[in-house]
Amino acid sequence: MVMIELKRIIKAGFINFARSGVISWAAVLVVTITLSVITAIILLQAVLHFSLDQIKDKVDVTIYFNVNAEESKIISLKESLEKLPEVEKVSYFSANESLKLFRERHQNDYSTIAALDEISSNPLGGYLNVKAREVSQYESIANFLNGDNTLVLGSTSIVDKINYHQNKIVIDRLNNIISGAQKLGFLVTLILIIISIIITFNTIRLAIFISKEEIGVMRLVGASKMRVRGPFMVEGAIYGIIATIFTLIIFLPVTIYLGNNMTNFLGINVYDYYISNLFQISVIVLLSGIFLGIVSSFIAIRKYINK
Amino acid sequence: MIYFNNVSKVYNKDSLVLNDITLTITSGEFVSIVGHSGAGKTTLVKMILADDVPTEGTVFFESINIFKLKDGDLTKLRRRIGVVFQDFKLLGNKTAYENIAFAMEAVGKTNEEIESDVPHVLELVDLGSKMFNFPHQMSGGEQQRLAIARAIINQPELIIADEPTGNLDAINTYEIVQILKKINDLGTTVILTTHNRGVIDSIGKRVITMEKGRIIRDDKDSKNTI
Repeated sequence: MVMIELKRIIKAGFINFARSGVISWAAVLVVTITLSVITAIILLQAVLHFSLDQIKDKVDVTIYFNVNAEESKIISLKESLEKLPEVEKVSYFSANESLKLFRERHQNDYSTIAALDEISSNPLGGYLNVKAREVSQYESIANFLNGDNTLVLGSTSIVDKINYHQNKIVIDRLNNIISGAQKLGFLVTLILIIISIIITFNTIRLAIFISKEEIGVMRLVGASKMRVRGPFMVEGAIYGIIATIFTLIIFLPVTIYLGNNMTNFLGINVYDYYISNLFQISVIVLLSGIFLGIVSSFIAIRKYINK
Repeated sequence: MIYFNNVSKVYNKDSLVLNDITLTITSGEFVSIVGHSGAGKTTLVKMILADDVPTEGTVFFESINIFKLKDGDLTKLRRRIGVVFQDFKLLGNKTAYENIAFAMEAVGKTNEEIESDVPHVLELVDLGSKMFNFPHQMSGGEQQRLAIARAIINQPELIIADEPTGNLDAINTYEIVQILKKINDLGTTVILTTHNRGVIDSIGKRVITMEKGRIIRDDKDSKNTI
């Protein structure tokens, strides 16, 4: 009996959708706009995250060691750093590698290269390049380094300098910008989604308002609440499914245009991102659409069904 | 079958719609409730469906206090009552067939029962050829016959016809009254409200006259009252 009832409800939902004509398509249009906002937010978040990741990637801390620092001590420090949860990656460059890289960097600077050639020994020490998982974690890594006694050889430190202290202001500012951008992004997303939900809810409410007398009649002929409410919820789900298809189609030319013309500005090819994440985006948009349609219908009908 | 126990209804301070109504309707009766617009007829019958709530008093359907029923039980009670309205109140986006099928689905009838009974009842009210027409494609008389078909499809114990002839011409009015009489002859209790005394003249059954929310006359045989 439950299955028969369910079949009847689903069938009635499809029939109602088909017969409501302009009202159904108006509701689909509004849900499409809402889902477009959600899709746009997904893409904007991707652009924002990509940009922030690029900025984060440029930040690191380098520990320069004295020329006479023992390699075993440096390796030991490297291993200690790698054990820190804040640390994502530590790269070690020996004194010889430092010299090689220095020569490569200054290959067109003849006077510097000539000066190096004059010196028989390597004037550069090795260094560790440390990348934290989050920009905000560099300070705790610097604090760890300041408190590590293994860095002291006899009465002098094996560390020549740590560039965190020089870059601290820039890192802090960057940290604030990233955190602000994330908060602002979240706030804008939240506001846009709330506005979209309110608009969708009101459109579906209007569509149900038109049927309020029929809802009353259905109740008077003895239909249960579920039998009355069910088809409207199915209709809501249909709005969501059709609106999802429209939204995904609309974003194809939009992302192609953005991919062709805005990749340099945005730093990410939006079309490539859209296509490579199409499945995940489709699932998010579809679930949002169905959820919006069903919940809006459920709430909107409540006012007329409680008789 | 139905018992109104000192029922009053006040919409606002100065609007007393029902004034201390006490009334018994027994099973199998045909009761016409007559009165001018605003006399309280519609409010009275709405209370049988719990579609309106009294300010004082209560209504019993058999021994059940209607206003103490839970939602599920009220739905079950409504399935025992067929309703016909002045403005038909058909489901506009459903065909004649679907309007009746919906009432059957509501009470849990099977698809086989629906497929066999709906055409039969439509033939009974002479709407066999309009089975797949929507209400807006039918005349007022046809719509009202469809509403009656919907009301009787589940063989209810009671039919409430609230001004069923209000929007109809004389010929259609006569037809509707004859159908209601036939239904009553088969044992179903019928409550008919109308503001038109002419409608009840031909029926010759119990007539309750209402005025300003009160029952001013209750005649067992209407032919004696005119």
